[in-house]
Amino acid sequence: MSLLEVRSLKKRFGAVEVLCGVDLTLEAGEVLAVVGDNGAGKSTLIKHISGVHRRDSGDISLDGKPINFESPKQSRGAGIETVYQDLALADELSVGANIFLGREPTRRWLGLLPVIDRQRIQQETQRLIDSIESQIPDGASTVAGLSGGQRQAVAIARALYWDAKVVILDEPTAALAVMERENVIKLSRMLASKGVGVIYIGHNLVEILEVADRIAVMHRGRIVHVTRSDDTTQEELIKYMTGYSERQGHAA
Amino acid sequence: MATHDANLSPGRRMKIPAATKTRHLRKWGLPVETLVLGLTLLLWIVMSISTSTFLTSNNVVNILRQVSIDSIIAFGVLFPILIRGIDLSVGSVVALSGVVCATLLTMGLPIPIAIALTLVLGVAIGSLNAFSVYRLGIPAFIITLAGLQAFRGGAFLVSDGTSVFGLPKALSAFARAEWLGIPSLFWSMLVIGLVLHFILSRTRTGRYMVAMGSNHESARRAGINIKRIVFFAYIVSSVTACIAGMLLMARMSIGSPTAGVAYELNAIAAAVVGGASLFGGRGSVLGTFIGALLFATIANAANLLGIDSFWQMVATGVLIAAVVYVDNLHKRRQSGMK
Ligand SMILES: Nc1ncnc2c1ncn2[C@@H]1O[C@H](COP(=O)(O)OP(=O)(O)O)[C@@H](O)[C@H]1O
Ligand SMILES: [Mg+2]
Repeated sequence: MSLLEVRSLKKRFGAVEVLCGVDLTLEAGEVLAVVGDNGAGKSTLIKHISGVHRRDSGDISLDGKPINFESPKQSRGAGIETVYQDLALADELSVGANIFLGREPTRRWLGLLPVIDRQRIQQETQRLIDSIESQIPDGASTVAGLSGGQRQAVAIARALYWDAKVVILDEPTAALAVMERENVIKLSRMLASKGVGVIYIGHNLVEILEVADRIAVMHRGRIVHVTRSDDTTQEELIKYMTGYSERQGHAA
Repeated sequence: MATHDANLSPGRRMKIPAATKTRHLRKWGLPVETLVLGLTLLLWIVMSISTSTFLTSNNVVNILRQVSIDSIIAFGVLFPILIRGIDLSVGSVVALSGVVCATLLTMGLPIPIAIALTLVLGVAIGSLNAFSVYRLGIPAFIITLAGLQAFRGGAFLVSDGTSVFGLPKALSAFARAEWLGIPSLFWSMLVIGLVLHFILSRTRTGRYMVAMGSNHESARRAGINIKRIVFFAYIVSSVTACIAGMLLMARMSIGSPTAGVAYELNAIAAAVVGGASLFGGRGSVLGTFIGALLFATIANAANLLGIDSFWQMVATGVLIAAVVYVDNLHKRRQSGMK
């Protein structure tokens, strides 16, 4: 039984069919890359898994149990953490406050009023930052001053802390400097080594081949090819991404 | 460049995080609250030296009374501002609550009941604003502008267009009272300020307001109950305006339908000069108090020096523009390397 299974997922926005029957499986402890051209439907696919969109038809199951999320909150509750393309961090809050946002530990002030346990957040955040060697200087500094890579690390740290079963990263390196890309790749591998199933969306093939165990290629709302990353090359992936391979197949 | 990353291990030294630079800047950059506090102190010093009337206990108590009521309104307005909303109706709510409470009192209701009923009115007005913003999707600016008109009209209707006289003596006695040499109104402001500061800095509700104003989408995805936060912010704003309205009523010994004209603008100005951002996510109770203190000091000084109140308005306007400009410069430097 796979950790996450997507079967014949279909979705149309108005007249456009964006997902035309997607099949995908994710195992625990692997990084599965999903690649494809802009507009192939990658973000739409993962938004179904993370509870942002409702599907028209098809099935999704987690640990063998069928799931049908009505909100991102439900998806998080089931152990699926999503790091969105736009990251969605609150700039004015500290690193720790962002990691714990919505799930703050509280204690009783004077034995009465529930207040945020800032000390505990601070400690846990520091521990977490140290454990991922993320170059975030200080858990108490606000997110506003962080670089793209550090923000990415905060978002990933959030997923890490909450013991997610599945972590979805949507184009995590799109806005990063080269140095910082390496760090995101390292963090993704670290998540997988802890038994998390990681879905890694991207279109930089060098990076994908480095990070992924398996690669699924998406083209126009379909998964057209799935391969182990050891068994493929950039050239082959490009063929599937551009639909060239498909046309060849039909001609033959 | 690689100078202040002492907290990073040597192996990671080559990658200088931008946040380290930011902290460096923050050390030198002047947060706007400090600037405003400095300006206020300067004004106090100059006035104390150059006039014999400023630093008298009478005048200082006067300033403290004025700043108390201004601050209470401004604390309340800070809450909608934090979640990237606004409340323009508070000045009119000050008038309405004063008139309503005075009318209830002249009808012979006991003071605690009149106060409680007026506070209920505040909760109702705040809920109405929040409902309009959250459920009906009316921009906060528009709905509270409508409230500014409607509640002022309501104040005139309730009072038949005149002031409501004949309040219990206990109220004006309270407004005039001093404890430990500090006016009761100032104590009231301190209590309200401390409670609101506590909520903002220590509770989940306060943190969620900052999160919402900072990044609405991130708050939503974090599973925060947005509706609850919106209602809370607007109710705080209306209820504090009602409290300020009743204190003003007690101080003047009448319920006046013309009370609190343009107070909403003063309150917003105090919050903004005190470091709040109209784009949400930034602002503090302490900063707001400092902003209100600066404006109250300017008004008092202009009065003592016999400066035309028109000039005072011009000066206040220039000040708001200058402070926000400096603050923007500061922030741009902070986030420039993102
Ligand atoms: N909410 C939406 N409403 C209408 N069309 C959408 C919506 N979201 C995505 N699309 C369309 O679906 C297609 C796939 O988009 P997306 O999943 O973002 O692609 P990718 O992430 O692979 O670049 C695009 O043509 C896009 O315009
Ligand atoms: Mg996308």
